[in-house]
Amino acid sequence: MLDAMDRKLVNRLQAGFPLCERPFDEVGCEVGLTEEETLRRVGALLAGGQLSRFGPMYNIERMGGAFCLCALSAPEADFDRIAEAVNAFPEVAHNYQRAHKLNMWFVLAVETAENIAELTARIERATGCEVLAFPKLEEFFIGLRVEA
Amino acid sequence: MTHVMDELDRSIVLATQGGLPLVPRPYARLADTVGTSQEDVMSRLRRLLAIGAIRRIAAVPNHYALGLAANAMTVWDVDDAALPELGPRVGRLDFVSHCYHRPRRLPEWPFNLFAMVHGRGQSEVDAKIEVIAALLGSRCKAHDALLSTRILKKTGLRIAG
Repeated sequence: MLDAMDRKLVNRLQAGFPLCERPFDEVGCEVGLTEEETLRRVGALLAGGQLSRFGPMYNIERMGGAFCLCALSAPEADFDRIAEAVNAFPEVAHNYQRAHKLNMWFVLAVETAENIAELTARIERATGCEVLAFPKLEEFFIGLRVEA
Repeated sequence: MTHVMDELDRSIVLATQGGLPLVPRPYARLADTVGTSQEDVMSRLRRLLAIGAIRRIAAVPNHYALGLAANAMTVWDVDDAALPELGPRVGRLDFVSHCYHRPRRLPEWPFNLFAMVHGRGQSEVDAKIEVIAALLGSRCKAHDALLSTRILKKTGLRIAG
């Protein structure tokens, strides 16, 4: 699926994209592609799903907002209804079913950190389940460089 | 979300939530969208990078599509006194994508260190979990690995316009 040039391009683009007038031209020069071909390949990698995103990666916390990982234990028989109730909140950015007694894990993204407690209380009312919040106390590292 | 960003910064964030435009001059296109000059957009992005509101401008690979099909949320009960030294060492491992200190929720949840582990298959993930276990040694009392069985929702960051 990825040819050698795609891999080179993906690895280069993970490191950072230049802030200049013709950034695709600059990246293309580095990896040995024309500007046009660089644009075409990035578009194809996004369309094909090999890249999930291309652009600024925002840190909501530095903008005054907050993320909070939360978990609840949903009874198996009621799981889908509870998942639907949780997903209906626009602040829920991701939600995963996981193999554990705490079987539903979701991330809240809110514009101000003070909203977290109020929001988890609303999710408890909507689901009938106790919501455990796991706010991060410290971040040790974020980011995985995948050798494509 | 206002104290470090003015209205124009906010417009830039909103306009790039889906990514940068795929055109030869993406910052000029963005400037047209939000109603300013290319130079202004670039200097604002530089400032947001400098203060950490933007981690970086880059491509984010899809782990699954690149062959890292297996992952586990690994959780560890680490001696609090050892966490400042051990947390960064776990976070720096090249197969760990996110690593955080989070609160315990006793009695049901004794774990205070969370690390997302990725691998090409389950056996590779299992082997990497053993690497972390060896690194933490006796300063970790218990650990668990929560495999994701289903993605229920994935929308990423969306701030209200």
